[in-house]
Amino acid sequence: MQTSASSVESRESSTLTPPRLDTIVVALAGFSAVLIVAIVLFILSDITLGGMERLTWEFLSAEPRHGMTEGGIFPAIFGTFLLVIIMSVAGVPVGTVTAIYLAEYAREGSLVAKLIRFAVKTLAGVPAIVFGLFGLGFFIQFVGTGMDQALSGGETLKWGQPNILWASLTMALLTLPVVIVSVEESLKAVPREIREASFALGATRWQTIWRVILPNSLTGILTGGILAVSRGAGEVAPILFTGAAYFLPHLPTSLSDQFMELGYHIYIMATQSVDVEATKPLQYSTTLVLLLLTFALNFSAIFLRYRVRMRLQAS
Amino acid sequence: MTHEQPKIVVEHLNLHYGHKQALKDISLSVSSNRVTALIGPSGCGKSSFIRTLNRMNDLIDSARIEGSVMIDGHDIYGNSTDVIALRKKVGMIFQKSNPFPKSIYENVAFGPRINGITEKAALDEIVQRSLKRSALWEEVKDDLTKSALTLSGGQQQRLCIARALAVDPDVLLMDEPASALDPISTAKIEELIHELKQNYTIVIVTHNMQQAARVSDSTAFFYMGELVEFSETKILFTHPHKKQTVDYITGRFG
Repeated sequence: MQTSASSVESRESSTLTPPRLDTIVVALAGFSAVLIVAIVLFILSDITLGGMERLTWEFLSAEPRHGMTEGGIFPAIFGTFLLVIIMSVAGVPVGTVTAIYLAEYAREGSLVAKLIRFAVKTLAGVPAIVFGLFGLGFFIQFVGTGMDQALSGGETLKWGQPNILWASLTMALLTLPVVIVSVEESLKAVPREIREASFALGATRWQTIWRVILPNSLTGILTGGILAVSRGAGEVAPILFTGAAYFLPHLPTSLSDQFMELGYHIYIMATQSVDVEATKPLQYSTTLVLLLLTFALNFSAIFLRYRVRMRLQAS
Repeated sequence: MTHEQPKIVVEHLNLHYGHKQALKDISLSVSSNRVTALIGPSGCGKSSFIRTLNRMNDLIDSARIEGSVMIDGHDIYGNSTDVIALRKKVGMIFQKSNPFPKSIYENVAFGPRINGITEKAALDEIVQRSLKRSALWEEVKDDLTKSALTLSGGQQQRLCIARALAVDPDVLLMDEPASALDPISTAKIEELIHELKQNYTIVIVTHNMQQAARVSDSTAFFYMGELVEFSETKILFTHPHKKQTVDYITGRFG
């Protein structure tokens, strides 16, 4: 860099010659890289330092007390887990089946395939809050109210209100594109040779998918699921209107119960608490827990993929 | 003369991939329990042709077929043909050995399993018989649970043959089965082809003329999507009728 810069100067060029431009680009790129790492380190160290102090077993296992200025966040941790589990159970199979259709059945360039791909891309670009509004309008007011009408003639309000089921389904919709894209990629990565081997033995398309393609793309399906979960665990907007609760003394015991969630809990403490200053240490610790949870999920995904890959290579 | 009865009769077969014509008006017949070799330079249509015999070209969206292919008197492109049943009857070995990333046992048991055989004893028997027929049994009998991917290239190809034999086909299609193998493995495969022809009708694509001369009874020479010459192997290599055949087998092109 030094030599190229000086050689440019020696030529006394008045315009930006390629070597000098190169130097600037390299410097900018280096600066951006350092900046990004610095920001991440700053956020992580700030949250860790601020959150470590209150991060005790009691904090993880107790419920909030005294207007959330005391106690722990166990209901929010529990609710977050429950949310992502129901979301995965609902979303991953649908996403996988869609990906199977796109990768294995649809003819390339067919109208149906184009339509699905367009829908998936659009879905991926819709703001999270819009999913929340959709969940409110579709799941709660349309499906839920309809269920109440059918079950009790509208006498009792059970399903026509926010709950963990509707929140999970809304979240499943939000994460569907992630699942579809990553599963389809992994299905397409299965070598053509072993598909042909299966067809040449007289296997039907479904037998080939079930016995050859899916076992070979299990890692991709897992990755899709985990990516969806870590995306879902970090979103708050879709559950605002569809099931997250401000404060609940009980854990949810039924699909029609509301629930507390980590991200939403942080938001509540920071904006709605009676004494925002007093909740600050708790906000830090809750954020730290959410971060650790997301990291743990990602690492378990990596580990799971590694294990499955090893098993596939060995068997 | 029963073995001279034609097993496969191809008449006026044309194959197009989109606008490109890959095979032009091919007519030939293949006798039972004989080895028929297809030779010719790269891109001459020999691999495309062999893939019409078990309808593997169906997997390519742009492929279009005209003419007829009769196996045992049935038009395999007829409306009543069950492609799945056809492929069980007409097995295929590919150029690149393609075992599933499963154990040796599971590779061979794949075909029987998709045919609904679940009984352990029956599967064991088929696996053993198929591996013996493909001359691999002695080398792998002690570790059938080992991954097929740990086998050498030549062993993998014989495993693929065992896998094809396990569904009990009549016809074996081999698409350059030894082109990626070393000379010793190639010799083993050729020896195996000799033995298999007692029970199977074999069609083999090869770019190696010595191999065609060694293993086959009849040879078909393809050039630019056309069948130039088809006769007894001995005659084709010693007294070819067409000038193109002479040029090819004497190494003047290809």
